[in-house]
Amino acid sequence: MAVMPTLQKQRHPLAGGAAQRHRLASVPTDRTFEQALASSGLWPLRPTGLEVLQINVGKKCNQTCHHCHVDAGPDRTEMMSDSVVDACLGVLAAHPFPTLDITGGAPEIHPAFQRIVETATGLGRHVIDRCNLTITRLPNYRYLPGFLAKHRVEVVASLPYFQSKQTDAQRGDGVFDESIAALQEFNALGYGQPGTGLVLNLVTNPVGAFLPPAQAAAEREWKERLDRSYGIVFNQLFTITNMPISRFLEHLDHKEQTESYLTRLVQAYNPVAAGGVMCRAMVSVGWDGVLYDCDFNQQLDLPVDPRVPRTIFEFERSSLTGRDIAVGPHCFGCTAGAGSSCGGSLGG
Amino acid sequence: MADHDNYYHAPDLARFGEVGKGSPELWKAFNAWYGAVFAEGALTAREKALIALAVSHAVQCPYCIDAYTTASLEHGSNEEQMTEAVHVAAAIRGGASLVHGVQMRNHLDRLGM
Repeated sequence: MAVMPTLQKQRHPLAGGAAQRHRLASVPTDRTFEQALASSGLWPLRPTGLEVLQINVGKKCNQTCHHCHVDAGPDRTEMMSDSVVDACLGVLAAHPFPTLDITGGAPEIHPAFQRIVETATGLGRHVIDRCNLTITRLPNYRYLPGFLAKHRVEVVASLPYFQSKQTDAQRGDGVFDESIAALQEFNALGYGQPGTGLVLNLVTNPVGAFLPPAQAAAEREWKERLDRSYGIVFNQLFTITNMPISRFLEHLDHKEQTESYLTRLVQAYNPVAAGGVMCRAMVSVGWDGVLYDCDFNQQLDLPVDPRVPRTIFEFERSSLTGRDIAVGPHCFGCTAGAGSSCGGSLGG
Repeated sequence: MADHDNYYHAPDLARFGEVGKGSPELWKAFNAWYGAVFAEGALTAREKALIALAVSHAVQCPYCIDAYTTASLEHGSNEEQMTEAVHVAAAIRGGASLVHGVQMRNHLDRLGM
């Protein structure tokens, strides 16, 4: 599997969140995201609740996908400390979040991954593992499919396309074949199979600078193709728009497509999708314990409203539910077309 | 910005709406018709985008090729399907030339012995 250095390893100018925000702010657009929200009666953007606690346990990953908004890779070292993990689990125990969403990097690399899953499921919470699939094929992580099935963790697995050419172009040579083998193993354990309750959802990002297809139609095609070619079944397909930050922003710049892609996102602003953006129902915790409105803001070093406590150690539910959500031009990525979130399109 | 030195200037696609300045009512009617044509119907929006991509090649409109390459991708078509659509257009264009060979043969018959 080919692995390329991360932007951070390359000391690339776009490695930092502030530099990415500056680059996005330099792109002329017809209107700002704040103006778009105001036109929909949504400014300032406020939470509708706190349903999901999403924790990004670290930036280390066994892959370096071209579109990765985290700039994750094998050379990243940022990992959540035990004290931050303990604080997250303490907040989960003390507050009625129905869902714990674990992401990274490859979150399973974190040494406390099993403890996090066991504690959260022990609390009766729904747990989501955002899995790149290939991690389950590595010798030290072969236990994962069985472990996840035992704890009935929802697996949200990345697979950009049902063919190898497009998948490997985005995620690296050989990723498609390993991903198919991983999906077949999940299926053998009951994941995605009717009646088991073991949920296997797939995530697809466009392999390029265009919006994703309609989710329902794509799901029908994917189910037919993956079943016919590989005997694979799954529950839902989530279509997610590529966010113009981090490595995808670098890719857009390299292709001289940043302006046209951002213009496309702005022109496709959908007020219905804007009303359902995921940041309104979640709080996102960084590897260092800092709180964010979403994982994208996290990578842009754009923390929560400065008027509310800023780390998991000072978590305060009431002030978070009344916060103003931090937004920027990148947010057009979640409101374009049918909308986009960690759970796929927003059906707008 | 308008480019008066080049034909087929890519940013001009975004200025398509300026055509409506000369006749707003016709532009409005065109847009309504165009939108209805490409809506989901007996054919899917994806199939219509592929047809449009093929026709764009047949009429050799670079603006349309850019627009319907993007549209086809955004409707879930892949490179192989889009390339096959372009071949359909090319085959019809090639065939349309070749079928005129019958006209040639008819005239040959008239002239020959």
